[in-house]
This record gives sequence, C-alpha cells and structure tokens, in this order.
Amino acid sequence: MRLLLLLLVFALPARAEEVVLGLSKEIVQISTDFDGSDILIFGAIKRETPIEADPLQVIVTVAGPHQPVTVWRQARRFGIWVNAHSVEVDAAPSFYAIATSAPWGQVISKTEDLRHKISIPRAIRSVGAPMDVPDAQSFTEAVIRIRTREGTYQLLEDTVTVREQTLFDTAISMPANLTEGTYPTRIFLTRGGNVISTYETEIEVRKVGLERWLYALSRQQPFVYGLMSLFIAIAAGWGASTAFRILRSQ
Amino acid sequence: MQVYLPIAEVSVNVFVLFGLGGLVGILSGMFGVGGGFLMTPLLFFIGVPPAVAVATGANQIVASSVSGLMAHLKRKTVDLRMGTVLLIGGLIGAALGVVLFNYLKSLGQVDLLINLCYVVFLGIIGALMFIESLNALRKSRRGAPPKRKKHNWVHALPFKMRFRTSGLYISVIPPLLVGLAVGVLAAIMGVGGGFIMVPAMIYLLNMPTKVVIGTSLFQIIFVTGFTTVMHATTNYTVDVVLAVVLLVGGVLGAQAGTAIGMRLKAEQLRILLAGLVLLVCGKLALDLLLTPSEFYVLSAAGSH
Repeated sequence: MRLLLLLLVFALPARAEEVVLGLSKEIVQISTDFDGSDILIFGAIKRETPIEADPLQVIVTVAGPHQPVTVWRQARRFGIWVNAHSVEVDAAPSFYAIATSAPWGQVISKTEDLRHKISIPRAIRSVGAPMDVPDAQSFTEAVIRIRTREGTYQLLEDTVTVREQTLFDTAISMPANLTEGTYPTRIFLTRGGNVISTYETEIEVRKVGLERWLYALSRQQPFVYGLMSLFIAIAAGWGASTAFRILRSQ
Repeated sequence: MQVYLPIAEVSVNVFVLFGLGGLVGILSGMFGVGGGFLMTPLLFFIGVPPAVAVATGANQIVASSVSGLMAHLKRKTVDLRMGTVLLIGGLIGAALGVVLFNYLKSLGQVDLLINLCYVVFLGIIGALMFIESLNALRKSRRGAPPKRKKHNWVHALPFKMRFRTSGLYISVIPPLLVGLAVGVLAAIMGVGGGFIMVPAMIYLLNMPTKVVIGTSLFQIIFVTGFTTVMHATTNYTVDVVLAVVLLVGGVLGAQAGTAIGMRLKAEQLRILLAGLVLLVCGKLALDLLLTPSEFYVLSAAGSH
C-alpha cells in the first residue's frame, strides 16, 4: 500500500489538479432594503492526469475584512455587571465562512490548517494580551463563540457537493449586518488531509446608492451631515404640525 | 420589510421601527412629554447600538419638539428670556456631556454609563410621579386645594433678573444650573430632558405652569440640536435613516395620542406614565443585576 502511494506521488507532476471557479455574484450590494445575500460558489477541477482513487476534498472559505476587536470580560462590581478586563484581538475577520465537502477531521490535517490558516481559530490573530490577564485564550474563544452565534462565523461541514471528483458547488449565506470591504475567497483542494491546490479570488461588498452616500457624508463631512440631519428633523416637525393643522381646519 | 441602517450597520424591520415611533408618539401626545427617555431604551432592546440610539434619539426629539413649540409660540406661552438663560446652561452642559461620553467610550464604559443613568433617573422620576399622582388622586377625592410654597432659598441668590412672561424676579444661577444638568443628560442619555426640567421649573423656579412646557421645548430644541451635531462630528453615530423612519411613526402617533389623552383624567394619565417609566427602568436594572449568559462583550477597537 505504502509502495503504491509512493509510486503515485512520483508519478504525479506538481500542480496536476487546478480549480476553475465561478461565482453567482462578485459584488454584493448593500442597499436600503439589504437583508443578507446568498452566494453560489461553483467550479470544476482541471486535470491532465487520470482521477486518483483517493477521494478529493474541497474547502471553500469566504472572509470579511480583518479588523481589531476589543473583547471585554464582565465582572460583578458593587452588585452590577460591568466591563472589567479587556484584550485587544489584533485582527479578526468581520465575517468568516468555511464550507467543506466532508467532516472537518477528514478534509485537512492540523499542520496544513496551521500553514494555510483555514479554520476559524487560525483565521484570528491575537498577539499581545496585557500582563494582568492570564487567560487571554478565552477572550479569543469568546470572539468565535459570539460571532458564531450571530451567524457571522460559520463552519459548514459537508456542504460542498463534489461530483465525479470534478465538479463542486456550495452556497454561502451572508447575513444582513455585513461590513463593507473586499472578501477574499479561497478554494483548497485536499487529498488525504494535504492541500494539493489552492485558488484565490475576491468578492466585493459595498454600500450602494443612498446608503453609500449617507455613510460617506457622515465620515467625510460630519458637520454637514449633522446639520442635514437637524434640518430634516426640523423640516419634518414643522411639516407635520402644518399638515395636521390644515387637515383639522377642513 | 427590512431596512438597512447605514450608520448603525444593522438591518431592522421597518414596521417594528414604525411601530416604535408610533408608540412613543402616542405616549408623547397623551402625556405631553418628548418620549426620548422611552425611545432610547426601546431602541437598545431591538438591537440598535447604544451610542447610535442616543445620538439618533437626540435628533428625533428635535423634530417632535419643533411641532410642539410652534403651537406654544402661537399661544404666546413661551418665556423666551428664561428659555435663553436655560439654553446657555444647556449648551455648556451638552458640551460637557459629549466630552464625558467620549471619555467613557475610550474606557469602554459608555454602555454602562447610559444604562446606569437610565436606571437612576427613570427610577427616581417614575417613583416620584407615582407617589405624587397617588396623592393627587386621594386629594381630589377629598377636595382639598393643592398648596404651593412661594419663597425658598432660590430667592436669596445674587444676579437677579426680571422674567416678565413668567412674572418672576429671581437670580439667573438656578435656571443656569437646571439648564446645565439637563444639557449633560441630553448628551449622555439622548433625551430632551423635559421630564427633569418641567418639575424643576415648577417646583424650584416657581414658574407658572402654562409657560413651562413651551419654554422647556424651546430649550430642548436647541440643546438636542446642538447635541446631534456634536455627536455627528465627534462620534459619527447619528443615523438619519433611523431618525426619519421613527419620525414618521412618531408624528402620526402623537396625533393619535393627543386624542386618547383628552378622554382620560390627568391623574390616571400620570399613574399610567409612572407605571410605564418604572417598567422600562426595571427591565434595564435587571440587565445590570442578573448574571449574564455571556460574560464577554465585543466592541470595535481603535477608539483608544
């Protein structure tokens, strides 16, 4: 058996199998009625050698922009619950979904996961924890736990369909509370827990129309934005009272 | 139908927001209060981040106060001179409040501050109103006329000024301090502060009841307007989409509320309002006191 495997390895040229990918949409637009979005990711495996007996596995990851996050642990002080300790997590993706074609343990080995930073804990980077917080690990775990519950971190095992070791497809649903930015999308082909090919592309998530305009105005011209909000409020209050007076007098 | 709020960055059901605006509008029409002290906590409950709820609440109060003030201006029940003194105090207070707000935000304690302020003030006001209206109910049954003190320590202070519309000749220090306190609260709690200012004007400054509401509305518009711009420029937390949806509900609700309010007795109304205030206060207090199911809280870094 081992001899056969060795023979196979030698027989294979490097990068024998490659991914050809398609996305149902490359741009996710956040408009006023945005309520989440499903993205269909599908592809084929191009190869010039015969299909191997050992089954091919596919992992698809979609990550949101990495942002620093402050994690607070609450403690009871004077009878009420307050934010007591904090740890800064240097970079955590605002969104992270992993879809695999088999249960996690079967698709990738630990060392390969470490190298390619695929699983959720590997995708979060936390370097410096303050000295007075001994259990910094539990803060990182809290990020994963909270975001998994919110649906922004998803581990979707066994959701990639692979047909004839050649065609694959999966759907990833993105929630309504998305952050704007570029979402790197990676495809890993694995066999026996080892990554044999990777492919990377990007999905753009951005606010459009009114949402984009308002957001940009509030950041770039905050004073104008504030005055505009005020003006709208005054006009609405005035308009409403005038309208109702006219209605009543009729 | 969901609506995505561009600043809060959450998606909320538009009918829930509409209903919320309407509900608070009904209450403000019924009881003659701005309703900010109910609107802001209700926004917390539906998942709007507290900082956005506070800043947007201030903006929303501007709208509801403008329509109220116009009615009072027409009836000449606004003491512009007193309003201006209160306003000077209010603007200083609001600036202090926003500075305090931003300082606590950098410490990660702003949510706690907002919640504590709400529990304390809603608790005090709710309890006082409840006792007061119970007493009033009892008195109205006995038929005794309500007594009012005419002279107190307020009259011993220097810098006296004549307020013709209110028929008062008092020191400017108490109104300045009242304005200041309300300004701080407006910035921290996202409320107009009418529920504090109105009792203070009646019992502390001895102002005639008929000019109290109009004058407080005059002060509230400027203070909350100032707060809105301050929050927009320093925190970027005013969500104009949220404000507009709430506004539409609020305006319609206020008209319905006024009609309902006319059919009920004043004492009954006050007891109802007191009960409501205590209910919201209790819910917020429980959140602080009960052991949470999740001990960790995430917040965007970079505010340090």
